[in-house]
Amino acid sequence: MSTPRLALHGISKRYPGVVANDGVSLVVQPGEIHALLGENGAGKSTLMKIVYGVTRPDEGRIEWEGREQRIDSPARARALGIGMVFQHFSLFETLSVAENIALAMDGADSPAALAPRIREVSERYGLPVDPDRLVHSMSVGERQRVEIVRCLLQAPRLLIMDEPTSVLTPQAVQQLFVTLRRLAAEGISILYISHKLDEIRALCDVATVLRGGRVGGRALPREESNDSLAQMMIGRELAPCRLTPREAGPVELELTQLSLPSADPFGTALQGIDLRVRGGQIVGIAGVSGNGQQELLAALSGESRVAERGMVRLGGQPVGDLDPAQRRRRGFGFVPEERLGRGAVPSLSLALNALLTGAGKGLVRRGLVRPAAARAFARTIIERFGVKCRDERSVADSLSGGNLQKFIVGREILLAPTVLVVAQPTWGVDVGAAQLIRQALIDLRDQGAAVLVISEELDELFEVSDRLGVLAGGRLSPLCDPATTSVAEIGRWMAGDFGTAHTEASHAAA
Amino acid sequence: MSPELLIAMLASTAAAATPLVFAAMGELVTERAGVLNLGVEGMMLVGAIAGFAVGLHSGSLLLGYLAAAGAGMAMALIFAVLTLQLQTNQVATGLALTLFGVGLSAFIGKAYTGQPIAAVPHLSLPLLSDLPLLGPLLFRFDVLVYASFALFFAVQWFLTRTRGGLLLRAVGESPAVAHAIGHPVQRVRYAAVLFGGACSGIAGAYLSTALTPMWVEGLSAGRGWIALALVVFATWKPLRVLAGAYLFGGVTVLQLYAQGFGLHIPSEFLSMLPYLATIVVLVLICRDGRTILLNQPASLGKSFHPDA
Repeated sequence: MSTPRLALHGISKRYPGVVANDGVSLVVQPGEIHALLGENGAGKSTLMKIVYGVTRPDEGRIEWEGREQRIDSPARARALGIGMVFQHFSLFETLSVAENIALAMDGADSPAALAPRIREVSERYGLPVDPDRLVHSMSVGERQRVEIVRCLLQAPRLLIMDEPTSVLTPQAVQQLFVTLRRLAAEGISILYISHKLDEIRALCDVATVLRGGRVGGRALPREESNDSLAQMMIGRELAPCRLTPREAGPVELELTQLSLPSADPFGTALQGIDLRVRGGQIVGIAGVSGNGQQELLAALSGESRVAERGMVRLGGQPVGDLDPAQRRRRGFGFVPEERLGRGAVPSLSLALNALLTGAGKGLVRRGLVRPAAARAFARTIIERFGVKCRDERSVADSLSGGNLQKFIVGREILLAPTVLVVAQPTWGVDVGAAQLIRQALIDLRDQGAAVLVISEELDELFEVSDRLGVLAGGRLSPLCDPATTSVAEIGRWMAGDFGTAHTEASHAAA
Repeated sequence: MSPELLIAMLASTAAAATPLVFAAMGELVTERAGVLNLGVEGMMLVGAIAGFAVGLHSGSLLLGYLAAAGAGMAMALIFAVLTLQLQTNQVATGLALTLFGVGLSAFIGKAYTGQPIAAVPHLSLPLLSDLPLLGPLLFRFDVLVYASFALFFAVQWFLTRTRGGLLLRAVGESPAVAHAIGHPVQRVRYAAVLFGGACSGIAGAYLSTALTPMWVEGLSAGRGWIALALVVFATWKPLRVLAGAYLFGGVTVLQLYAQGFGLHIPSEFLSMLPYLATIVVLVLICRDGRTILLNQPASLGKSFHPDA
């Protein structure tokens, strides 16, 4: 066997109250695509930050190409030949591609001088990127290409990819895999962080599974099944959600020719959206974020007023001119995408956060808050949804993203809405908790509520939806039955290609 | 209208516009780094009295201007330490800085009220300045007018052509990303704030040594606020700032002549005109609110913790 590209020996990192990494060892060979698999909070990100020099380990040794190294800054990591593509892109939106790349290069090349090199690398690896374009006009997939090209320009020998596919269409994922395989064939090692089992089985040569900060197992993913990998990852078996067919009730939420210009200059305007969600039905809306999701959510919640009040109807009544509080009084529940700041007030306790939307449910009497009732309501949420926190007096800010999401979703569900709109229900939530949230949404549907789920996770939408549509470029595709539709077709819709035949057919049917 | 009158009007237009060019160009650089310093008026006043006092005592206007730039920078440094180091609110701190500057300059200026000072000399080149028409049009302004144009070209070139300018814009766009890539966000912002302070100080000194060569309490008369408004309505673009400043200068001069002609319009109203006209025109230029939103440095006015 040749000298390993990277070898970690007994890496440990402790934060106050948490052991993020506990004696983790890992070996990556040249040209190997190595998966790092684990739930959120398993310590994947900390480990990668240590390799990339953002964080220093408390214990352990790092060997790079056979020699022990101290990596104490990202610049040092880059000098060694380690590149990283971040999960949340580190690009400047108002600058051009070349300017962005120039800023990250340690040399003092001017953007103009870099442009030919950017073109050369992007052609060589099939990553089409125009150096002169402004980043804000690019789709998420294109932005990721910029990040990868930026890494490749520094000729790395190890590329770290932190959950690279979480925001890509299925087709873009396939494209990315082709590029990554090609890089591996040229001898570049890739550390691929993900919790998506299918992808890891399709792409990776070796997998190291992290669980609770320790190595929970090593596997050859091509010889494993999704179930066996999931078991390694969470330490127990996972029962899938069950969506039993059910007679749908009357239309509870209706959008008619909803058009809305975006309040954000970089946003997407909605164009003629027609949508009906019936009681006892979950409608899923797929699509890459930035295609009108923000605008649609704002129009539904009441944060944006629409031109005609009849464009949005709840239980048959026009509500387009009502504000969010008035809509909530009519049985509307809403889980926004941003947890802190929209879904919860960061500096308030969970009890007070429960009060925010639960105020109408007996928590306030004659204008006075009933603190005991609010605390009791918060405790119910915490128990029912297994929210990990000290108690209901913890401030929202102190909870991990997944736990806060459980709390917010739980709060809305326990308010027993007739219509619930949920954005990215399980974004950043670990596999076990995600399962719980999905099941809770299905239970709500079984009680007769109309549920609209807007998500970027296709697997999730296929799992929970009775009907499935795609939002692309501010337009909504016709709704389909997920049982008879392929992921590839949804992927084509996500790229904006609904085909006129479909739309006409749905108009004829309507 | 005689050519002499036109030339005289042009000269006074340039004189009225120059302090705005300095102050607004400095503030533009500060804001492009994402820092909103509302203390321009205060920094101008302190620069005005520092330049006047040092110029008077030393007899050297060059020393006076160096002192004015230094005084502006000292004021800006207070602002920078408070907002960048101690993370205070930029709006409140800027307002406090203006109040402080107004008071401080009045306090120091007590002794200087009414004293005369030699005004900034006008350019006088052999041959060139004596050319008919072209001479007075191009070569007879005071030195600071030329300096203000040099400043405009320098800022424009720096922002669009240099790596430093790219870094400055990047920091203003997203300090978090700049920090993650490994750029010194705080140092860039300090430099931008201090540069803005120096420019404001010079602008103030121009008021007390060139425009009206004497010290009067509160002589900036709100020009610092106009400079701030200019930057916003010029959508953070140097050329538009320059144009806006000259528009202000032009209307200032026009209303002075209108007062001279004895029009039956209250002089208070006429004195108001330059401010009003500048704001109205600039607002009309970007009446679509998005123009401002699109060009505004994304992190403007927001604190940034480098260790977060």
